[in-house]
This record gives sequence, C-alpha cells and structure tokens, in this order.
Amino acid sequence: MNHSQPQSEDSTPRQGGEHLPNGPAGAAILSAGAGCAVLGILAVAGDASKAVAKLLTFYLPTGPLSGVSSLAILVWLVTWFILAKRWRAKTVALAKINATAFLLLALGILLTFPPFADFLQGK
Amino acid sequence: MEITLRALITLIHGMLFGAFFLMAVYGLVVELRHSAFVEQPAKLTPQGYARERLYLIGVAAMGWAAVLTGAYLIYPWYRAVPPAGVTDLALYPRFLLKSSATTAGWHDLGMEWKEHIAWIAPIAMTMVAYVITKYRQSMREHPQIRTAVLAFALVALGAAGVAGFFGAMLNKYAPINGGSTIHLKGKSQ
Repeated sequence: MNHSQPQSEDSTPRQGGEHLPNGPAGAAILSAGAGCAVLGILAVAGDASKAVAKLLTFYLPTGPLSGVSSLAILVWLVTWFILAKRWRAKTVALAKINATAFLLLALGILLTFPPFADFLQGK
Repeated sequence: MEITLRALITLIHGMLFGAFFLMAVYGLVVELRHSAFVEQPAKLTPQGYARERLYLIGVAAMGWAAVLTGAYLIYPWYRAVPPAGVTDLALYPRFLLKSSATTAGWHDLGMEWKEHIAWIAPIAMTMVAYVITKYRQSMREHPQIRTAVLAFALVALGAAGVAGFFGAMLNKYAPINGGSTIHLKGKSQ
C-alpha cells in the first residue's frame, strides 16, 4: 500500500502563505496505531510462551510487561521517526493511513483483551 | 490517621495521575467534538496557544506518569511471590485474589487486561497532543486528521477508563499495602 501518493486535497495554506502538508500527521497517526498493535501482539506472545515471556522480562520485578511495553514504545517511536522523516514535506493519502491505523489500533485493543487472547491460544 | 507508603504511591498513581488524565482527556474529547460544529473557530493569542500546548503536554505527561508508576512501582508489589509457608496473603495481592474463585476473575480479567491496555492511552494521547499542536490552526481544513485525532482520543479515554475501573476494583478486593507507615493526623500507635 503506497500511502505517500501525491494528493492536492490536503495542502492547506498556513499563516504567512506557507503550505502545511499532512505527512507529519500521517506519520504520527500510523505509528501510534503500529505501536498499539505491537503491544497487543507481544502481550499475547508473552502469555502463550514461557520462553518469550522470559525474553520479554527486561526488569524482573515487573516481569514480561516490562519488555512488552518497552518494545511497543520502541517500535512506535522508531516508526514515527522514520515516517516523519520520509513524509515531512509530503501530502499523503490520509484516508488509507487512517484506515490502516484504526485497524492496527483495533488489533492492539483486541489482543490485550484476555478472553480473546485466551481464545487465540485455545485456552 | 495513617497511610502506608505503598498505599500512598498507589493513591498518587490512581487518584492524581490516572484521574487527572481521565478528566483531561474527557475535556479534550468534548472540545474536539464541539470544534467540528463551530462556524468561526476561536483564534487564540500566542499566550493562549502556549497554554493550550502546555495543557496537552501535561495530559500526555500524566498518562505516562500513570503507566510508569503503575508498571514499575505498584505492579511489582502486586505480583510479589509469598515465601513458602506464608498463609497471610495481605501483602501479596495477586495471590490473595487467586486464592479464591470469587475473586480470581479480578486478576484473570481485570489485571491481565489493565496492565496492557493502559499503555495504549498515553501512546494515543501523545499522538493527539502532537497533531493538535502542529495542526491547531488548520484542523478545519484537515477533516481526516480531526477524525483520527478524535478516534485516538476516544480510545485513550476508553483505555484509561478500563484501567481506572479495574484499578479501583483490584484495590478494593486486594489493596496494595506495606512499606513504612506515614502518620498524617492524631495519635500514632
């Protein structure tokens, strides 16, 4: 999916006649969705496998939650940084980006819900 | 009147950081929804924009403070393993909850959900704060940005609501206690 197709609908004049592209917003929105999805995926992975849970235990008193949350934040920030750099001056297809971000966000929420995570693991 | 250190930190986590975050995000959602129906959006002074930015940063910071104190201060107390032979589980909330079928669900559903979904709130709110700050003056011209910001703000509110509800219920059935006692008023025993 190419999210950075040139579009003219979102090139809005800023104060002083400048144009404010929607790329930076798209980068922030998509990366937030990605971070939430990673959080959910890692939460299920840590719950399903003792080996993964051990790998995710960055701080022993907090257990696997320390790795789940730290890695989700890392993925979110790195994705944001990369996309923001690439889309800094671009006008992107925000409808597609929103749809993808909402899907990722919904996935993240669903995977954190214990009955659904248990269902996936056949518990 | 006394309070234990752990109970005080739990109070700060829930009643200061968590409750402030919930109220502030609710206010933001109302304002975002309201702004969609305004014919002439208000133009703020530079000081007004600065205060708005400060508010947004403050909301996101409260969200982060709530999850960080929860995960790295309170959660270790919650999941502490009782030494062999200990029968009084008052200082081991997870084991206390799981020791009875009538309370186990507060851990299996409540804490298991809360500990993960809570992180979605500050991630979403940080994005919302950044986008509102950057596009404040041109938000009306970017309806799709407004839609995304509103959706993520609603999710932040919902996630914080779930975490707050289960946090309150968990603390009701298995309160976090222990640590030194802080004397607040009256005679100490």
